[in-house]
Amino acid sequence: MRYLLIALLCLLPVFAHAGEATDMAADPVLEKRMIGLAENLRCLVCQNESLASSHSGLAEDLRREVREQMQKGLSDQEIIDYLVSRYGDFVLYDPPVKKTTWVLWYGPFVLLLAGAGTLVYQLRKRKSQIPEAELSAEETQRAAELLNETAESPNQPKDPQA
Amino acid sequence: MARFILPFVIFMIVATFLYVGLGLNPREVPSPLVGKPAPEFSLPQLYEPDKQLSLQDMKGQVWLFNVWASWCTACEYEHPLFMELSRRNTVPIYGMNYKDKPEDAKAWLRRHGNPYTLVVSDAEGRVGIDYGVYGVPETYLIDKQGVIRYKRIGGVTEKDLSETILPLVKELQAK
Amino acid sequence: MIPEIGHFALIIALFLALCLGVLPIIGAARDNAVLSDTARPLAYGQFVLLAIAFLCLTYAFVADDFSVLYVAHHSNSQLPVIYKISAVWGGHEGSLLLWAFLLGGWILAVAVYSKHLPGEMVARVLGVMGLVSVGFLLFMLLTSNPFDRLLPAAADGRDLNPLLQDPGLVIHPPMLYMGYVGFSVAFAFAIAALLGGRLDATWARWSRPWTTVAWVFMTAGISIGSWWAYYELGWGGWWFWDPVENASFMPWLIGTALIHSLAVTEKRGAFKSWTVLLAIAAFSLSLLGTFLVRSGVLTSVHSFAADPKRGIFILSFLVVVIGASLLLFAWRAPKIGLGGKFDLLSREALLLSNNVLLSVATASVFIGTLYPLFMDALGYGKLSVGPPYFEAVFVPLIVPMVLMMGLGPLARWKKFALPELAKRVRWAFASALLIALLLPLTMGEWSAMIALGLLLAFWIIATMILSLHERLGGHGNFMQRARGQSLSYYGTQVAHLGVAIFIIGVTLVSGYETERDVRMDVGDTLQAGGYEFRFNGVTDVQGPNYTAAKGRVSVSKNGKPVTELFPEKRQYHTSGMPMTEAAISTGFLGDLYVSLGEPIPGSTGAWAVRVYIKPFVDWIWAGTLLMGLGGVLAVSDRRYRMRRRTTTNILAAGSK
Repeated sequence: MRYLLIALLCLLPVFAHAGEATDMAADPVLEKRMIGLAENLRCLVCQNESLASSHSGLAEDLRREVREQMQKGLSDQEIIDYLVSRYGDFVLYDPPVKKTTWVLWYGPFVLLLAGAGTLVYQLRKRKSQIPEAELSAEETQRAAELLNETAESPNQPKDPQA
Repeated sequence: MARFILPFVIFMIVATFLYVGLGLNPREVPSPLVGKPAPEFSLPQLYEPDKQLSLQDMKGQVWLFNVWASWCTACEYEHPLFMELSRRNTVPIYGMNYKDKPEDAKAWLRRHGNPYTLVVSDAEGRVGIDYGVYGVPETYLIDKQGVIRYKRIGGVTEKDLSETILPLVKELQAK
Repeated sequence: MIPEIGHFALIIALFLALCLGVLPIIGAARDNAVLSDTARPLAYGQFVLLAIAFLCLTYAFVADDFSVLYVAHHSNSQLPVIYKISAVWGGHEGSLLLWAFLLGGWILAVAVYSKHLPGEMVARVLGVMGLVSVGFLLFMLLTSNPFDRLLPAAADGRDLNPLLQDPGLVIHPPMLYMGYVGFSVAFAFAIAALLGGRLDATWARWSRPWTTVAWVFMTAGISIGSWWAYYELGWGGWWFWDPVENASFMPWLIGTALIHSLAVTEKRGAFKSWTVLLAIAAFSLSLLGTFLVRSGVLTSVHSFAADPKRGIFILSFLVVVIGASLLLFAWRAPKIGLGGKFDLLSREALLLSNNVLLSVATASVFIGTLYPLFMDALGYGKLSVGPPYFEAVFVPLIVPMVLMMGLGPLARWKKFALPELAKRVRWAFASALLIALLLPLTMGEWSAMIALGLLLAFWIIATMILSLHERLGGHGNFMQRARGQSLSYYGTQVAHLGVAIFIIGVTLVSGYETERDVRMDVGDTLQAGGYEFRFNGVTDVQGPNYTAAKGRVSVSKNGKPVTELFPEKRQYHTSGMPMTEAAISTGFLGDLYVSLGEPIPGSTGAWAVRVYIKPFVDWIWAGTLLMGLGGVLAVSDRRYRMRRRTTTNILAAGSK
């Protein structure tokens, strides 16, 4: 009996407080917008975390700052401009497109075009250079022997398309 | 067959950059505020909290603005330099106590000495954000027009002081 | 005494590595069999000595020998034994020893499994690997000796970083390093072929299995790292585009390109110079990764304590190794023959196009990772390149890559006709498109990105089914036909299926995840994603070297209990570092992920709790697992085992 009572007493606080969990943020919608913005901003203290995930004091201050500016009705761009004017482009994980970042932003696509172009050019060139089934050099012959071995090996499955 | 040497050339260029990179500090972020007017502020003084100090009060003089805190270990290393500087009386040093408790700050100053003309408290770090503070200590040199002329992130060294800060102070004071 | 034995073993190992790097290469160049034949004994000897050194350091850790500086910095008497062992590679010096030890292991493996290769080739391959080993051993002995003494000895160690006290981190570095170091085999084969001037299809066949094995290790290593980040860092992310992650991703991408390019070189003897360049690049990027992690030129959450002296050493090593190989390449590559003929529309061409895309992807990771450094060095100021950049650049590259991935295994070697292929795949494409458009409607909000991701994934799956149907379908004995397919065929399909599964995971988790950051009193409930989470409070528990607040969260769905989760907030005794241990309930359709924030000040037992519902997140790692399995299947192909017999047969026939 006594144990039951103790057990019930233990359960008491559970019942006393039971309810729906409340969001940590006062305004979950605004919080979501703040986190969305902060994810693309770099924390300056622990420099490889975003402002959204960092636990540093400065990151907390900056999140508060962003939240307050959002409450004041500033747009995302205005808030970003505010932070850039204080910390420089360094805070942006998404670097702006400008002259010094052209290589960064366009480089990969220039390389892609160049790579694709070179590949097509090389394929065409070597096709015209190689005479049909003529294996003159000793080296190519050796290679071909080995290749034939693979291709015609009895252990090798018949490729339906080959 | 120049194209076969291309990978080597690209690699050597990258290696050169990496070599230069070894001498750079990736953690240090230059402030975009240098050359711009110092952000306005009005903060309570540490010793007389009901009195405010604002940027306007310093107009017309060249001054150093040192951001420090009692929880910051690097501050202890640079502090003797400021003590020495304040004895020479060449340039006024104003301190901003950043995200700190006033009692802790005062105790710290009692222990290490107070080189500051005046100290203000930025308990919530709001002015710190305006000044782009991210690593205490930070030190700004502000000219007579209230424009930031120099910023040092991290502890000021003797070399910074003698080779950069003091010559700049002299130059700005002469203007 | 034991640490001195380890130190001494390292010095002797360096001497043997030096001999290995010089004698066999001279032997091969002068046709001197005596010198060439020193390669194997030297390789065995070096491995034994490195193993001794490694065991000595492990012993110092297990025996709590805090008179060894490295042990004092990375261990603690309270540390559980398993973490004492993994602490061997928990810091810069020890991880370097692990690297050197694994390199010794790969050299040993090449020495043992190369009996069928010409002696001259073996001598050169082992010689080149010996030279690489010299570099690492010198680096260790000159700048980062793990056996340095601390006198007087520390009373106790500073403890291993709590983040590393985790099963995932016990196996992640060895796996990853096996991959990094494994690429040195492909590299050594490439250099040996360039040195010998005999670069033919046989060379590709020899280096192919080695490359694949290294790639499998690397795939496993990266996946474990990503999975660790997911459950250990406490906010449910699995890839952050951090410089250190990128440093491992670049050699993986190039390694993937290399595997495919080796296929073309082996089959058609074509694009040999390109394949050689990729082999050099894969290992060079592994070395570059070491430099980036250990020199402090980039900031990263994972990097080791920076030391400029080390940076200079590795950079010089990079310049010697990579510079010399690229010069050798520039000198020898122009003389390489063209190989067999194939058409602009052929499986070979598709494989090479994928090569272009993978290389460009690598280049963009490279540019993104190093751009801040370039800008800084040129005096253009500091900037950051983060996830938004990499995501923006990667998606446009992945779309064509995946489209070709579906076509590749279906296309004919040498030449295919586009209309014919298009006709074959039209139903596969149509069904993939249909699923991609409709499936998101059943899961929640429809978005173009999700549909695109699913289209890519189901395109791979549909073409895979088509390929299996074409090969195994029809009348007659199914089992016979299924057995008739080569293991490398199944390897390809399984690895590609892995990519599809991976894409499904990434697409669905980023599209449909739920995140709630709430304050929970004891007994509070939270409705999220169809589940009810009930917070039953927090109790204090004692770990071996930490104290934890252990929360209890019961989860139910429609009133039926689903599971109980126990997220922890740990405080490690020695370092005082707090750690968040998330509790995760893993499921086929997704994870329930709960982590504890901070206790709410002024409340009676209320905590900040973070709850995530991550649909299909485990498919990400299931996908990478399948990719690795595909690699294992490909290596097990009897073609590679066959090789040994046929070569011996040919040699036997020749000697008759």
